[in-house]
Amino acid sequence: MQFFGSKRKKLILAGDQRVASYPHSLQFYLQPPSENISLIEFETLAIDRLKLLKIVENLGVSYVKGSEQYQSKLEIEIRRLKFSYRESSDDEFEARRRDHISHFILRLAYCQSEDLRRWLIQQEMDLFRFRFSILPPDTVQGFLKDSHLQFETISKEEKALHSQDILDSSMPLGGNKYELEAVYKVPFADALDLFRGRKVYLERGFAFVPHQDIVSIILNDFRAKLSKALALTARSLPSVQSDERLQPLLNHLSHSYVGQDYNTQGNMGKISLDQLDSLAMKSFPLCMRQLHKALREHHHLRHGGRMQYGLFLKGIGLTLEQALQFWKLEFIKGKVDTDKFDKGYAYNIRHSYGKEGKRTDYTPFSCMKIILTNPPSQGDYHGCPFRHSDPELLKQRLQSSKVSQTGINQILDYVKGTHYQLACQKFFDLTHNIEDGMFSLNHPNQYFLESQKLLSGGREVRKEPSQPEVPQAKQSVQKTSNSTSSPPASLDSTLEMDMEGLEGYFSE
Amino acid sequence: MEAFDPNELPELLKLYYRRLFPFSQYYRWLNYGGVVKNYFQHREFSFTLKDDIYIRYQSFNNQSEMEKEIQKLNPHKIDIGAVYSHRPIQHNTVKLGAFQAQEKELVFDIDMTDYDDVRRCCSSADICSKCWTLMTMAIHIIDRALKEDFGFKHRLWVYSGRRGVHCWVCDETVRKLSSAVRSGIVEYLSLVKGGEEMRKKVHLSTKVHPFIRKSINIVEKYFEEYALVGQDIFENKETWDKILTLVPESIHAELQQGFQKCHNSVQRWEHLKRTVSTNRAVKNEKFGPWVEWEIMLHYCFPRLDINVSKGINHLLKSPFSVHPKTGRISVPINLQKVDQFDPFIVPTISQICHELDMVSTNEDDGDKENEAEPDTKRHTRDYKKTSLAPYVKSFEQFLEELDKSRKGELLRKSDAQRDF
Ligand SMILES: [Zn+2]
Repeated sequence: MQFFGSKRKKLILAGDQRVASYPHSLQFYLQPPSENISLIEFETLAIDRLKLLKIVENLGVSYVKGSEQYQSKLEIEIRRLKFSYRESSDDEFEARRRDHISHFILRLAYCQSEDLRRWLIQQEMDLFRFRFSILPPDTVQGFLKDSHLQFETISKEEKALHSQDILDSSMPLGGNKYELEAVYKVPFADALDLFRGRKVYLERGFAFVPHQDIVSIILNDFRAKLSKALALTARSLPSVQSDERLQPLLNHLSHSYVGQDYNTQGNMGKISLDQLDSLAMKSFPLCMRQLHKALREHHHLRHGGRMQYGLFLKGIGLTLEQALQFWKLEFIKGKVDTDKFDKGYAYNIRHSYGKEGKRTDYTPFSCMKIILTNPPSQGDYHGCPFRHSDPELLKQRLQSSKVSQTGINQILDYVKGTHYQLACQKFFDLTHNIEDGMFSLNHPNQYFLESQKLLSGGREVRKEPSQPEVPQAKQSVQKTSNSTSSPPASLDSTLEMDMEGLEGYFSE
Repeated sequence: MEAFDPNELPELLKLYYRRLFPFSQYYRWLNYGGVVKNYFQHREFSFTLKDDIYIRYQSFNNQSEMEKEIQKLNPHKIDIGAVYSHRPIQHNTVKLGAFQAQEKELVFDIDMTDYDDVRRCCSSADICSKCWTLMTMAIHIIDRALKEDFGFKHRLWVYSGRRGVHCWVCDETVRKLSSAVRSGIVEYLSLVKGGEEMRKKVHLSTKVHPFIRKSINIVEKYFEEYALVGQDIFENKETWDKILTLVPESIHAELQQGFQKCHNSVQRWEHLKRTVSTNRAVKNEKFGPWVEWEIMLHYCFPRLDINVSKGINHLLKSPFSVHPKTGRISVPINLQKVDQFDPFIVPTISQICHELDMVSTNEDDGDKENEAEPDTKRHTRDYKKTSLAPYVKSFEQFLEELDKSRKGELLRKSDAQRDF
């Protein structure tokens, strides 16, 4: 199948050419591949890379990124899946080629929504960071040069002048002496990940970056380019989606690894509003209980809370009419009058159900989204209680939910290790009196469904996700499986032939 | 002084937009020298009309079209949005998805209601001269960082008309920043973190970043008068217990004892500082000057609303718009006189309309030659007869600086071409 370039190229290259096409074990993926591959290889490469990225994600949760264990485990997995990892390996051509092509296939599958893009970018960045970290020091400059990344170093005098400020701002300089460390001066926006956490010294619009932190600048560039590329790919998506050979495969790829989006399932309208208080006590995760309680107490929630809670409620089956009624009844008990509600808040609720504006049908927030984006500030009750609460207050909440002292300690240990989802899962296990997680928690609505399943005596209440009522951008919805690891079913063998005519998905 | 009566707003607005609103300076600002084609024409304005009717995606071809439309609609509130890929007024005729917000000033919104847990004089929408110091500190801290750390030259600070301030950063490069970088800037500038489930909202480490150090230097100038005397944050057990949640537990008993013996907040603060430093000397590194800095920052450091700054398409109330509840004009704040800025002497729409009436009556008594002047020409001078004048003047100074940068940039570009 020729899916990227316009001209067929011979696969067999002479040794020199092979080196020249992939000079390094890591890539910026600036050029799409231009060769033809079979649909079978397309599928295999895609699945292998997904496996790799899933491993990257899991290792990042279980270990501290960059720690010895993380590094060695990741290296083993990369080797096992036959992707490139070592600069010095004698013939890595095939591994680098696999790396190159599989990356571009996943772009197709993961450009479709914001959540998918976020996930892909995150894992690809972690993978890149790992590969960069094991790059031998003497090849770093070569790699930077080949990737068109050159930075200006500051003079000895300037370095001496700012020594205190730079040392106060940057992470400890390992064993390196400040005098020996090169310091680069880059426009502040290129150092986003450093300056946003105040991990670099800023002066008059420039970031003063010690050599040890340069990976951050490179990753920033990597992310910017990937993010832009995904946006462009998304624009040409309609033509991909109309390709009946690819559409089911791509959809399956994206679903099997990020999981369901928990939007408008078959349970629409099966919950009545007066059930909410008791459901909240039994089957809501802590974040949603907190929002529910705050809403009942203050008759108001700020925007972040309305989004997080409103979409969760939509996901568990509140219809638009119910949602309007629910929020209105609560808000008018507070400072908002009927008129103001109808003119302002009602619009936003209809909007989140895809009935206003761009008519995007918003999906409930995943744990990752809640943990990583839009942290709560003054007056807010949203966010993840395990991530955004004082340990003291969290302890009180857990006590009032009748969690045992041992259980609380276990949960707080997870929190200390920044494993917020595991902490929440532990909370689920303890409050449902089950031994060990039978599922891997990554979504508040998943928490709700699993809880309901258990409480109704293990009977299967969950519906197979059905076709959304209003067809969205995804024109055909592949039946999704809930398992998170099974590879997609193999495709019809008649499609094993070479395919052409799919080029141009990556052009500007 | 003329008291503001919201019932008179519709009549007052007519006069305000016809004779007082500084349209030409306003246009000069948003047109940015006409350097980029259609920059003004693609800018979104939105209006709040009578009865909270809200209309978005307004846009204008030129100053006179904007003037006419505003004078026709007499909006109770004007908001400014982004510069889009197409004329906002035609957003419905553009292919779905093609209509995109492309540029906007970087804006900040600091609102007094976000400080409710740390001010004792007022709550929610109310402000007084005591808590206004929070805004004074906020402007000094944020403005210093925008200028010295980020190198932004053109910062317009504006009183919101009621309980807070806005900042518009207008440098050419800043208007092009992505939403990710905008959030990054807000994160850099935020120290007070966490929602209602977080008591201790400021956490410093032993290494103190220059931004924090410089911010503390600013807070130190105000802390005693504002927090200890004005807010009296250690007044009684209930209030100091709140502060104790920010301090390591091992010294709570010692502090409680000492606080009982002191007579006022200033003494209790001294006691706290002494206790921390003696404990540091004998015990461990858990105690350091950052314990007191965390308290100072918790009570004084600016609280920014990230959502306002992050989105390129987010709308923010325009300078010189009127606050419909207080009637006060949203006026620029002179950065040279931040400490003297008093929200309670900012003119209301009633006041300036009344001032204008007074002058007009006097002029009518004198000669009639004004009548012969065209409306627009008279218009440009009318605000000068009212207490709006000094605020328009500082707006003009801001515009001068923008012009200067633009000329410098043009010069640099043409030099570069010549070199080529
Ligand atoms: Zn006050």
